[in-house]
Amino acid sequence: MLSFLAERRAELGLLTAQHVVLVLLSTALAVVLGVPLGILMTRRRGLARPLLALAGVLQTIPSLALFGFLIPLPVVGGIGARIAVIALVLYALLPILRNTYTGILQVDPAVVEAATGLGMTDSQRLRIVELPLALPVILAGVRIAAVVSVGTATIAAAVGAGGLGTYVFRGLATVDTRLILAGAVPAALLALAFDGLLARVERSPRPGRAAGVLAVLALVTLMAAGLARPARSGQRVVVVGSKNFTEQVVLGEMLAALLEDRGLAVDRRLNLGGTQLCHEAVRAGQIDVYVEYTGTALTDILKRPAGGDRAAVLREIREAYAPLGLRVGEPLGFNNTFALVVRPDTSRRLGLIRISDVARHADTLRVGLFGEFLERADGLPGLMKAYGFRLAVPPTEMDLGLLYQALLADRVDVVVGSATDGLIAANGLVVLEDDRHYFPPYDAVPVMHAGHLDAHPGLEAAVSALAGRVDEDAMRRLNYAVDSQHRAPAAVAREFLRSAGLLAR
Amino acid sequence: MDVHKRFASGAFALDGLSLSVAPGEVLVLLGTSGSGKTTALKTLNRLVRPERGTVSVLGRDVESWDPIALRRSIGYVIQEVGLLPHLTIAENVEMVPRLLGWEAPRRAARARELLALAGLDADRFAPLRPRQLSGGERQRVGLARALAADPPLLLMDEPFGALDPLTRRRLQDEFRDLQRRLGKTVVLVTHDVPEALRLGDRVAVMAAGRVVQAGTPSEIRDQPRPGFVQEFVAAALP
Repeated sequence: MLSFLAERRAELGLLTAQHVVLVLLSTALAVVLGVPLGILMTRRRGLARPLLALAGVLQTIPSLALFGFLIPLPVVGGIGARIAVIALVLYALLPILRNTYTGILQVDPAVVEAATGLGMTDSQRLRIVELPLALPVILAGVRIAAVVSVGTATIAAAVGAGGLGTYVFRGLATVDTRLILAGAVPAALLALAFDGLLARVERSPRPGRAAGVLAVLALVTLMAAGLARPARSGQRVVVVGSKNFTEQVVLGEMLAALLEDRGLAVDRRLNLGGTQLCHEAVRAGQIDVYVEYTGTALTDILKRPAGGDRAAVLREIREAYAPLGLRVGEPLGFNNTFALVVRPDTSRRLGLIRISDVARHADTLRVGLFGEFLERADGLPGLMKAYGFRLAVPPTEMDLGLLYQALLADRVDVVVGSATDGLIAANGLVVLEDDRHYFPPYDAVPVMHAGHLDAHPGLEAAVSALAGRVDEDAMRRLNYAVDSQHRAPAAVAREFLRSAGLLAR
Repeated sequence: MDVHKRFASGAFALDGLSLSVAPGEVLVLLGTSGSGKTTALKTLNRLVRPERGTVSVLGRDVESWDPIALRRSIGYVIQEVGLLPHLTIAENVEMVPRLLGWEAPRRAARARELLALAGLDADRFAPLRPRQLSGGERQRVGLARALAADPPLLLMDEPFGALDPLTRRRLQDEFRDLQRRLGKTVVLVTHDVPEALRLGDRVAVMAAGRVVQAGTPSEIRDQPRPGFVQEFVAAALP
């Protein structure tokens, strides 16, 4: 574990710094927004209940759902740090709002009356008496907000905003516990550090002064972070995106390496939180290219019925994507379709070669799958209908990463995976043939923001160098190298490109 | 003043109260708790606004005053809680001059002067906070603060309550000397009969929002109106 961390020292430092900046920025904005609103609520009591209720509701929205709402919005939407900060501010608002309000209301009414009797105006009373006396309570709210932000800031990685969540998500995608811990443990330590620091401010004999010092420190940190950001002058950078699972990260690294090899500067926004996010981001031009699957584009993004052969689906997508400002490149050469996978001994014993063979054993076979497959338009209900069988044993839902372990341990007989899962090749597993062509084709295709192609001469050419060069077998080997051998996606991608003769340098 | 004030419940807090105080005079409002004496006091600096009637301060109806300016021209002494707990003694004493926009050096000099006038060592007390002082010291600070901007009128709400008898007696004597020397007009609220008789030029005994008897201390002591006043005075004096 130590050497694992030592290798990643520089990256870990960068991610931690991003994390701290996200927390500082969002907490600062929540204070700037929440304290005046809290004060307003003490002056207009009628506002208190609805505002607190609203802030409470905001806190209960799951973060990915919140991103789902925010990403398509015009000005604020998209991917990156901005949207992450907006979400974090919305989460941090409740404790600050509530503590400002109650902090001011709990000031002894006799003291408030004395201040009025001395001839203070409302704003003088607020500034000289109420805010100073409410400060410890307000600071307690800020402390809660900051600590909670450290935890929730891990979700920033889902929208390409970096932070320690990058390791957590990458670890989850590649089933690598060490990576998850490399993100989670520093985040926990950060939370403790923020908590300790703010607790000291809260209990200091001069909380006002201590809070001021802290605010200045936070501001200086943010300004330093702003200055440290690479200047966006000169040559524009090509932004490469990917979804949050191993294959996507490897493909993203492949595209990035190809572009860099041709002298283009690349910004990697890998591990973005899902199909919809990548699609919105490439439409908005916040990423320039990512790899999509034709079947997913057809059913998930365009919401059209599955059907048609590979060429027809590709044509349909190209036509539908053009008006959206998107260019669909040439297929990379593999079809990442859903795969019903069995152990070789099961295949031999039961004569399972094609999916239609399943019908004969539908009363005994134990099936393992991930939850989404029960719901999808191209999932299990449609599959059973198309092949005319019903499973007697209810299928077992489990995490994608656990499916193959269950299969190899003989806990289930069939798992629903992906055709390019690395563990298929590594364990000599058998993929049942979709003999009735139930699944639409899921050919991997690069999707590019058309409006940016002129600004990046060479982008399209570099991407098209991959056309037809990655078959299912190659993709399985690459996935296996990352998932099972725990090799770095970037190294695996580069090695493949070099052996395929795609890198000039 | 000649006022009515209702509680939200509908009961009268002040019921046809009519009183006046001459410049340089100490008027004591004497009564049990709930008699309306503090409410009456607060109509003078508009912390309470009567539903009917008029209250005049320094020759002007308080409703025609800007309430902020009115309060800054009146010294206000409150029992115990009156000092702002998070500010130093100096900051408390300088508060009204600060609100009036005095320069810092002038404020500081004035605070020292008044702390000395109130019998406190300015060097020692200026940087302390109210909770570090004894009850008697806090009351002295409260008085110093009320006098800071040299207001012609002082309102004092139980200023010597919550003090031990010896300290109370000493502060009462010092206050009377100081008042005579400075010639301030004072309206003082108390439930303590000996205090009222010792400090007041005139004493108004209140019950249920009304003045039941007003007169000089000797009139109250020697010719208490039969009934409430007689009982109240007899119970308090040996």
